[in-house]
Amino acid sequence: MDASTSVEPHYDQHPPSHGSGAAGEHHELGWWRKYVFSTDHKVIGIQYGFTGLIFLFFGFSLMMLMRWQLAYPGQALPVIGKLLPHIFGAGTMPDGKMTPDFYNSLGAMHGTIMVFLGIVPLAFAAFGNFVVPLQIGAPDMAFPKVNMASYWAVFVGGIIMLTSFFVPGGAAKSGWTSYVPLAAVADKGPGYHPIFNGQTLWLIGFIFLITSSLLGAINFIATIIQLRAKGLTWMRLPFFVWAQFVTAFLLLLAFPPLEAGIIMQLMDRVAATSFFMPAGLVLNGAAMQISGGGSPLLWQHLFWFLAHPEVYVLILPGMGIVAEILANNSRKPLWGYKSLVFSVLTIGFLSFVVWAHHMWLTGMGSTVSAFFQTTTLIISIPSVIILSAFFISLWGGSIRFNVPMLFTTAFLPMFGIGGLTGIPLAFNSADLYLHDTYYVIAHFHYIVAPGTIFALFAGIYYWFPKATGRRMNEFWGKVHFWPTLVCMNAIFLPMFLQGMLGMHRRWYDGGQGWTLSGEHVWGLTGFQWNTPISWAAWTMGLAQIPFIINFFWSIKHGEKVNDNPWEATTLEWTAPSPPPHGNFVTTPIAYRGPYEYSLPGRDRDFTMQNEPVEPSERVRRKTAEPVLV
Amino acid sequence: MEIPYTVSTRPDTGLWNAKVGIWLFLASEVMLFGGLFSAYIFLRLDAPPGMWPHGLLNVPVGTMNTAILILSSVTVVLAWAALKMRRYRAYWWYMLATILCGVIFLTVKLVYEWPQKFDHFGAYIKPDALPKYEQYLGNKHAAEKGLPPRLEITGHLHNRAALNDPNIKEYEVALDPLNADPTNPAMDRPHFFPLPITDKIAKIEKEDVERATMFLPTHSAYFASYFTITGLHGMHVLGGVLVFIYMWLPVSKKLYQRNPEHLANRVEVSGLFWHFVDLIWIFVFPLFYLL
Repeated sequence: MDASTSVEPHYDQHPPSHGSGAAGEHHELGWWRKYVFSTDHKVIGIQYGFTGLIFLFFGFSLMMLMRWQLAYPGQALPVIGKLLPHIFGAGTMPDGKMTPDFYNSLGAMHGTIMVFLGIVPLAFAAFGNFVVPLQIGAPDMAFPKVNMASYWAVFVGGIIMLTSFFVPGGAAKSGWTSYVPLAAVADKGPGYHPIFNGQTLWLIGFIFLITSSLLGAINFIATIIQLRAKGLTWMRLPFFVWAQFVTAFLLLLAFPPLEAGIIMQLMDRVAATSFFMPAGLVLNGAAMQISGGGSPLLWQHLFWFLAHPEVYVLILPGMGIVAEILANNSRKPLWGYKSLVFSVLTIGFLSFVVWAHHMWLTGMGSTVSAFFQTTTLIISIPSVIILSAFFISLWGGSIRFNVPMLFTTAFLPMFGIGGLTGIPLAFNSADLYLHDTYYVIAHFHYIVAPGTIFALFAGIYYWFPKATGRRMNEFWGKVHFWPTLVCMNAIFLPMFLQGMLGMHRRWYDGGQGWTLSGEHVWGLTGFQWNTPISWAAWTMGLAQIPFIINFFWSIKHGEKVNDNPWEATTLEWTAPSPPPHGNFVTTPIAYRGPYEYSLPGRDRDFTMQNEPVEPSERVRRKTAEPVLV
Repeated sequence: MEIPYTVSTRPDTGLWNAKVGIWLFLASEVMLFGGLFSAYIFLRLDAPPGMWPHGLLNVPVGTMNTAILILSSVTVVLAWAALKMRRYRAYWWYMLATILCGVIFLTVKLVYEWPQKFDHFGAYIKPDALPKYEQYLGNKHAAEKGLPPRLEITGHLHNRAALNDPNIKEYEVALDPLNADPTNPAMDRPHFFPLPITDKIAKIEKEDVERATMFLPTHSAYFASYFTITGLHGMHVLGGVLVFIYMWLPVSKKLYQRNPEHLANRVEVSGLFWHFVDLIWIFVFPLFYLL
């Protein structure tokens, strides 16, 4: 486990001073070690960031393809449709028309890639890596080599997932949930390789992704416990650090049971075991030659034991980012810091006892259902506390509507819609009707798409100056924001309607084959609503172009800014931009809480955490000495 | 740039970094094996009567392996203590003993126990053909004694070609003692010392057989979980042994000369991991060999 390679002499407390340019003390690293196989948390964070953004866009592209099939089922996709068979193989889109198998592959891989290769690497690993050590005043992560290993594990996992598109038969098609026994018998038989087939590669790729998350989680927790700067007590941590801390615990404890499930499903596929296979299965008209005696329900339990906490893994880092930007741009302390911290801890604990609310339709029995229904409703309380505290934080602030703040303020109602529409799903009886409809899709996406992804955009615009020393263009940021906000809602609001009309989430023809009882909502049937939704999705794809150009252009040509362009208070803004290897010129000491904005009696409206407490303040604060650890 | 608290402890937490790291890692490992053991419980509770085999594993060998692993946990503590007392020579010997214990454990598992199972044959009889093989199964006797029904005939398969060749119509099996003498009360319970396969041959017609395999993971939920859990445990043992070898090689002596406490810390965290691997076996042994 011990990852520190450079063997130091006995004193490895804080060195007296990092001196001028920590990098100068060591010999200069080569290009490969500096930018590719780096152990520097900032480089790894940026690597994670690029990986996450690329996969986010790739996963979104998969969905844009599916939206064609949903809006115009059975019709040839113009231009791109001619191209795709050459990339993904002839069986995927003959004559530009999507096959059902390819549609299923796109759906399964959209979910897998967005969650495990898009948002987790970006929200948890990229922002966590880049920001957390800086915010806690640490020179790096606790285990730099483990950190590098965790990035390369996710990289290999991602490559395996991508490769699976090109093996005979194409990528996994059993949904991102890979429910057995279907997943265990998919991609098997003549024409499929025993190992290099979609579903098996999905499982193998997943083992790498899990390994990466586990290593990352260990590293984050150890870093936050061990490497906080002098004076940075737990209740002085920025809320973002708290959010990442809880997220890391969720990954640490929830992923291994899924890993166990993945290993068992892999055994079912490769070694013909029957962990998840009941006796008496018939496949293609022949009895399957397996022992039986397994349980499909077991997979669902193991899967959702991860996948529910995973939802909080997706949202908590976003909430952390929002908290930072909200306090910074309303120029006042975050309202209810302590209740935020305790709420996020409560969410962490409760998220482990709500998983079976994804399984209302499995016939677990009313006692089990009642238990999980209760815990699910309880977990909404801390979530509501967090959102309310954010809203109240805006009250009476002198709000600056820059681009990060626009995304942040949009996050609040969007996440609110996502959360509130979840309550009918939490109720066993209401869910019997809504289960597996587009209502669920809309609910979940309101939380992660205009929720988490807006928070991630906000974070990118907000911390971009720290990583590059330059600010992204405000005007093009707004050109990015407004169409994205409109399109997001145009995509997901109608899905609530479709879901309530009974449209199933996995229909290949978008519900065309089922008349949906002829009901019209605002003049359109459930199926017809697919067309405006699809056009909104494609428009949103176009709306990302200003972001991509702005992002790359600003790296070299953005407006140069000082080390603290947003006039923020937390420790990362005391480091140079971009921070050198080792981060801080002088080891920071924290004298105060994270959000001391608009402190009375000061000539600036922000007081940074490393500014010593003045004698006049001590009287007001009723503490003789600043708390130092 | 150097990371604080890699060797010395942070005053307010009282820990150095790797110690926090290893405990977190072990927490995740508990959840990993917890998931697998939950699956074991799930499958075993779900198994119909007669479908969860007993007494198929070699208990004395398992006991020996348990003792070896426990012994290695003792030697790794002694190795760490020797380092703390700065006695490198003693450390070197204790570490060697630990490595050897791990290697013996793996050898027994991979060279003796697993291949023996791969070479053992079992045929589940179709429900309506059970009376036909009553002489091998003794189900009347089992019912009188209140024992679970016997559905499988096991032993050494003489005509191994029968497994894949559709032209061969029957299996020739040298029977296990239970099937050779099913009404003997001595066979009602599994034996501590396994009895050898008898020379009594039974011919089992293929059309009476529900499913026949060697004792591979595919044989039953029991062997699926046995091979998966012991296999994953074995990989942990292998990982521990590789780390110990690294810390035993001369390259680590250099670290010892520079900073003995650093090496002691490394031994401590890998020792904690090793104790955990030992602990997992303490669960595996009764669950599969005894219960």
